Order: sequence, then C-alpha cells, then structure tokens
Amino acid sequence: MDDSLTNSLYVFVLAAFLGYQVISRVSVLLHTPLMSLTNAIAAISLVGSLILAGSAQAPYATVMGAVAVAASFANVVGGFLITDRMLKMFKTREPAK
Amino acid sequence: MSLLATVAEEAVSGRTTVENFIDFAYLISAIGFIMSLKWLSHPSTARKGVKAGEIGMLLAIIGTLMKHEIVEYRWIAIALVIGAAGGVPLALLMKMTAVPQRTAFSHALGALAAGLVGTAEFYLHGDTLSKVALTAIGFEVVLGYLTFTGSLMAFGKLQGFITGKPILYPGQNFVNLGIFGASVAIAGYLVVNPTAAHLFPWLIALTLVFGVFLIIPIGGADMPTVIALLNGYAGLSASAMGFALDNKLLIIAGALDGTSGLILSIIMCKAMNRSFTNVLFGGFGAVAQSKSGAVEERSVRSISPEETAQMLENSDSVIIIPGYGMAVSQAQHKVRELYDALSKRGVDVRFAIHPVAGRMPGHMNVLLAEADIPYDRLIDMDEINSEFPQTDVALVIGANDVVNPSARTDKTSPIYGMPILNADAAQTVMVVKRGMSAGFAGVENDLFFMDKTMMLFGDAKGYIADVVKELSGVHAGH
Repeated sequence: MDDSLTNSLYVFVLAAFLGYQVISRVSVLLHTPLMSLTNAIAAISLVGSLILAGSAQAPYATVMGAVAVAASFANVVGGFLITDRMLKMFKTREPAK
Repeated sequence: MSLLATVAEEAVSGRTTVENFIDFAYLISAIGFIMSLKWLSHPSTARKGVKAGEIGMLLAIIGTLMKHEIVEYRWIAIALVIGAAGGVPLALLMKMTAVPQRTAFSHALGALAAGLVGTAEFYLHGDTLSKVALTAIGFEVVLGYLTFTGSLMAFGKLQGFITGKPILYPGQNFVNLGIFGASVAIAGYLVVNPTAAHLFPWLIALTLVFGVFLIIPIGGADMPTVIALLNGYAGLSASAMGFALDNKLLIIAGALDGTSGLILSIIMCKAMNRSFTNVLFGGFGAVAQSKSGAVEERSVRSISPEETAQMLENSDSVIIIPGYGMAVSQAQHKVRELYDALSKRGVDVRFAIHPVAGRMPGHMNVLLAEADIPYDRLIDMDEINSEFPQTDVALVIGANDVVNPSARTDKTSPIYGMPILNADAAQTVMVVKRGMSAGFAGVENDLFFMDKTMMLFGDAKGYIADVVKELSGVHAGH
C-alpha cells in the first residue's frame, strides 16, 4: 500500500469512529434534522464538482461538473436551510403559564 | 506573485502559500462538520450546530475556488446560481409532512453529483490513474448511481407517483443480485483494465437499473430504514470521491455521513426487529396480505366525538400515539388544539413516539414540533412504555402496527418480535381510524377488538377537530 492510501484509510476509519460516537449521542427527537444536516454535509462532494467544472479539461467534463455543482449546491443551501427551519420549531413549554 | 518567485518557493517547500491556506481551510472545515454533528445532540445547541456546518461548508468552498486547477469560473457561477435557485424554495416552501420525500430527493441530487464527478474523472484520466484511485472511482460511481435512482424511486413512492406497496415477482432477488454482481464485476475489470472504457457505460446503466430494482420491492413501512440507508450511501460515495481525489476533507465528511446513515438504519431495523437483508429482500407487506383475508369478522366498539371528548376530559392522564396516518391527514395542528384544550383542564398529555412511526427517522417529532407542541412532551418508546398501566387513556392517531399486541405473542405474525408501544396496557384505549382495514404490514390488530378499546371512525383531522369543538363547547371544568 502506498503512503497516501494508508493515510487516507487512517483518516476514514478514525472519522467513522468519531462519527459513530458523535451521532450515537444525537437525541432521538432530532433524527429528521440529523438526516437533513448530514445531507447538507454530504454535499461536500461540491469540492470535487467545483474542481471538475472549473478546470477546463474537456467540454463534456465541464458540463458534467457544472451539473454536479448545481446538484450539490442545491443540497448545501437547501440542507442547511431546512435543518434550521426544523430546529427552530423545537421549543420547550413557554415559561410561566 | 511572479511566476519565478512561485517556482522558487515551490522548489524549497514543495508547496505554495495558497496551497497551505487551502489545507488549513479544509482542516477548519472538517472541525466545523464534526462540531456541527456534536451540537446536534441536544435541541438547545442544535441551531449552533447548523451554523458550524455552514461555516465549514463556506470554508470548503472558498478553499476549493482558490485551487490552481480552477481556471474558469463562468460555469461554476452559473451552476451555483441554478443550485441556489433550486435549493432555497425546496427548503423554505416545503411542507413539513413532505420532509421524507424532500430528503429522498436530495439524496438523489447528492449521489448524482458524486456519480458524475467519478464518471468524468474516469474518462479524463482513467488510463493514467493508480489502481487505488480507480478502485475509489469504482465505489464512487456504483454508490453514486445506485443511490441516485434508488432515491428517486423512494421519492416517487413517498410522493405517491409510484405505489407505496411492495412490487414483487418470482426470482426478484436472483435478478437483483445478478444485476448488482454484473456491475461490480465490470467495475473490478475496469480497475485492472482501465483502457476498456467501452464497458463504462454498461457499468453506469447496470448500476442505475439496480437502484430502481432495489427499491421496487420495498414497502412504505420500511421507508425509514431505506431512507437512512440511502443517506449513508450518499455519504460513502462522497468519501470514495475523497479517496479518488486524495482529499481528506471529503473522506472525513463522507465518513461522518456514512456512519450517520448506517447508525440510523440499524436503529430503524432494531425498532422493527428485522435484519438489513430482510428489509432489502423481504418484501414485507405483500407476504402478509394474503394471510389477513382469512380472518373472520369480529365486533368492535365505536363511539362518537362527543363521548370521546367526555372521556378525555374526565381522565387525568392521556398518552397520544401518533403514526403515519396523522401525517397523511395533516392532523398535527388539530392534535395540538386537543393538547391545549386538555392541558387547560389539567389533564396530563404526553406523546409516545415509536422509532419507526412515520416514513423517516424522527418524522413524528418534527411534525409535532411544527405544531408547537413542546418537545419535552414527546417521549421515546423505551421511556414511556412502563407508564401505560398508570395511564387513563391511550389515544392512537393513525398508528397501527406499532401498537399491535400480536408482535409480542403471535409467532406467526410478520411483525412478531417488533418492539411495540404498550397501548393495550392503558385503562382505556382509543383508536382514530378511517376504517377497519389492516395495517401496513397487512396484519389484523387485536388491540382494536379488546373490551377496553373504543374505535373512533373517521379522518384523523376531522375527528380530532370535532372532539376539540366538543371540548370548547362544554363549560370548563369537570
């Protein structure tokens, strides 16, 4: 195995363990916002899409990249917005009633 | 910076200042994502978590745009505008009851992006890439395209474009495994022989078809598991992209999302006492339906909204059990009025939430929160189950299988072993239901035929509205 693969695998495994620890603690109440938030974060594939759309390697690659940018950016914007919209709704009882 | 200076600096350190900055931005971005999920652990810090995630994403975008590979910004700008124009209304105008299908749709978008990037990467550099990068692209493309069509199918089922019932045919699992096997075999062959690019379209086509076939046999009741699973796949395909591009940020963010999706789907499976393979290959509902026809007619007791109001008013404690039926009839706001009316009379009203109630993890919580019901009234199954015997009324609204006692006793039942809410242990049980049809699993529910069970026949929203009207008409106090 070359070094970069070893490094990448370490990062992946450690991030997966960290994810397991962090996400197990997420309140059951918030599982739907959790899904929309992770959806927004998974739109990190925007990074690869941007590079493809902007690197002018071939016309077809630019078009595919642009479609990928639009799709993943819709998830970034939509995912964070709807998560916040949902979380805003979770309230405790109004004090003193 | 002049070209000469840049070259000189690169010769010394091997890296430019800009590259160092980008790496740093990516690192902070990764921390942002981790904190984002960590803060989601409690409603009081959750919105801070969204901010952390947004900052993380912003840094990732800025860092990426500074990369020297990016030489042309025109298409990027256009695509960003289109993406924002699509994403904003999708988030702000969507009804909360439509959140499951929105989630499925956005999984499709994310997966499509991963698939496209992997495909372009293969056609551009396939012949020069290392085996590692090719393998990563293989994962990225397979996960991406199968999640793309799979999520679109899930979207169609949730939206009602396609029947929510499982579609089954003989030899289905054989066909599915055959298609999947073929696409994996092609992916493997391409890693070894990247010059055989003419096979790549077949890989794409087979994977797209597999995504469709994978979801066809899945029924509505299994949607929470499947949506969570697709969520995980979308994350893993982003991680695979990270391996292909040797980008740690993508690997980390993808791994976080991958584990999140997998954890959620495991929780959902446990809540139904079923295995992954059973969800994916079981074809739940259809098997059971043939059985339910044989059951003889039994009598139930039904009461009017007026009687319901009286009984609720005269009780001390009520536990409301919401299910998918409440979402379908959009009854959550009427339920909130009922909650208010009863709370005003000193009745202790709580909500019992089964993990698989609804069509996605946490679906009921979001709907009830939308209706302004305080979240400390929404109680998890494990916590509330011991409280039913001391409860006067268990009011079931649009739920069925999650309160079916045969899950405990009847070994032949398809839902045997599924943890249920002990509604049958309450002093009185009330069930709001359209008619006497069997639940999604197609199983008769003995709860409806118990002596202490009252059936409240009607549309959930209309019926609850009538009860609320009765409650506000009757003079306060009892």
